[in-house]
Amino acid sequence: MGRVRRLPSRPLGRREALAGFLFVSPWLLALVVFHVYPIVAATYLSLSDYSIFTPPEFVGADNYVKLWNDPTVWRAAGNSLFYALLSVPIGLVTALVLALLLNRPVRGIGIHRTFFYMPAVVPPVAGTIVFLLLLEPRAGPLNTAIETVGLDGPAWFQDPAIAKWGLIILSLWGVGAATLIFLAGLQEIPESLLEASSIDGAGPWRRFRYVTLPLLTPVMLFNLVIGVIYSFQVFDAAMIVGGTSGAPAGSTLMYMVHIYRTAFGYFDMGYASAQAMVLFLLIVAVTAAIFGSTRRWVYEGV
Amino acid sequence: MRALRPGAFTQSERTTDAEPRQGFYAGRMGFFRQTAWHIILGGLSLCFALPLVWMLSSAFKKNEEIFTIPVKWLPETFRWSNFVEVLDYPGFPFFRFFGNSLFYAGMVTVGTVLSCALVGYGFARLRFPGRGFLFSLTLATMMVPYIVTFIPTFLLFKNLGVLGTYIPLIAPAFFAEAFFIFMMRQFFRGLPRELDDAARVDGAGEFRIFWQIMLPLVKPALVVMAVFTFVWTWHDFFRPLIYLNDPDQYPLSLGLYSFRGRRLTEWHLMMAAATLMTAPLVILFAVAQKYFVRGMRMFGIKG
Repeated sequence: MGRVRRLPSRPLGRREALAGFLFVSPWLLALVVFHVYPIVAATYLSLSDYSIFTPPEFVGADNYVKLWNDPTVWRAAGNSLFYALLSVPIGLVTALVLALLLNRPVRGIGIHRTFFYMPAVVPPVAGTIVFLLLLEPRAGPLNTAIETVGLDGPAWFQDPAIAKWGLIILSLWGVGAATLIFLAGLQEIPESLLEASSIDGAGPWRRFRYVTLPLLTPVMLFNLVIGVIYSFQVFDAAMIVGGTSGAPAGSTLMYMVHIYRTAFGYFDMGYASAQAMVLFLLIVAVTAAIFGSTRRWVYEGV
Repeated sequence: MRALRPGAFTQSERTTDAEPRQGFYAGRMGFFRQTAWHIILGGLSLCFALPLVWMLSSAFKKNEEIFTIPVKWLPETFRWSNFVEVLDYPGFPFFRFFGNSLFYAGMVTVGTVLSCALVGYGFARLRFPGRGFLFSLTLATMMVPYIVTFIPTFLLFKNLGVLGTYIPLIAPAFFAEAFFIFMMRQFFRGLPRELDDAARVDGAGEFRIFWQIMLPLVKPALVVMAVFTFVWTWHDFFRPLIYLNDPDQYPLSLGLYSFRGRRLTEWHLMMAAATLMTAPLVILFAVAQKYFVRGMRMFGIKG
């Protein structure tokens, strides 16, 4: 990052500084209006009772106390946590395996990459509705396929115990972006290292375990952080599958859907802001914990 | 959700070629092993393609045909009439929704490309006091969950009396966005310093240097940014859901959602609509393909 060590004093420098401010001025405005002010306002709102129709009234930590004692909030948080804890690791492993498979010297392998990435182009609304059909309990392609091997498929989005798994499968369909990031990481690994370990007698597994995997850990860190932040905030698919009630039986009521319902269903902006602040703090805490753990597992080069 | 996608940028040029890699792996695989790899990967590709195949085939079926046992992957007859029917379905004005989506995604794309190029250039090549701090602040905004800033922003637009219009959806795009500012800064830093020095000696103003000399050089990056912004905005469901209430203003995402919301059971028409909603994006990616190779390569030459 280029840092200015002293204020520019030459006429040209002053002109350049003025031009610089003018160039970034739209963003400076946005920074204040759409970022700094809203964070301050959200903090204040979270300490207020504000139902949009009357002016906000400061109530201290009331919203946070209410939140702590609200079983629906816990339910939504539990659903989101379940979703994140499963979809992120499964997604990471899937993406890594796909990337390893794609990283082969095979002519025309790019066509497969296109297939893996394609779901990212499909609008979430369209993709989710397609999955409602694919996971249709009686005649959906997945369950009829399960039946042909003699098993009974679950009722997916109609069974409260299984519905979240439907959302997790849907998230795995979108694993192509993470796959491409892993693939880019794989191709940055110097071939001389693989060659050297090969000469030293390392087989494919040891090459992967002791050369490829350590060198890939920074990319893994990136995918992990992005995956966690993203999965904590899942909204579209959950909303389309279960609506604001999280059908069936509140099983797909994700935390973001609950915030949406509080803010734009009940117009309880103060309470919704408190829920949003908690999400913010949770994400910061988890991200900080991940970065704190990097010393143990992320390889930083020599 | 945006941050998940940038991987497409970071590919090095090798990945975009169909050529086998040189070096360590080169020439070690015979025809049969190559074929075996294609079969393995083909099976996996099929898994990823099946939902789309199902969408497409259902779009051509009779409604009952979607739910037959055993599953029919191909419709008995291809009913093109489904598409005709969905284009003129009561309560689902497809062309209107399509036009709204086009307007929304188009305006956001124009705003984002212009503002992020401008701001990214400012951060990359012009020195001004506080630049480092402001750029760190820019990166920090990417950490904040969308919903935290969303509620006060919503209230702001409400107080301005512009709820129920496209202003809250489009206006912020003209004031730049952290992720693409970062991207554009990287691109602009990769250009040689001599270019603007020479122009400056010739007496060109800073804006002219940006507009006439620098901008054309990063055209592939601009195309990549435009394509991704367009696609993400076309996808956007959350903001239209909150800001719009008149069905005549709905973009396709919200239109399709309300189609399902009415608990209608005409899945074949819904699949036809989903197909029509997806098709423009696939075409866009195909058309922009040639720019992508160059755009991604430019990302590699960061300063």
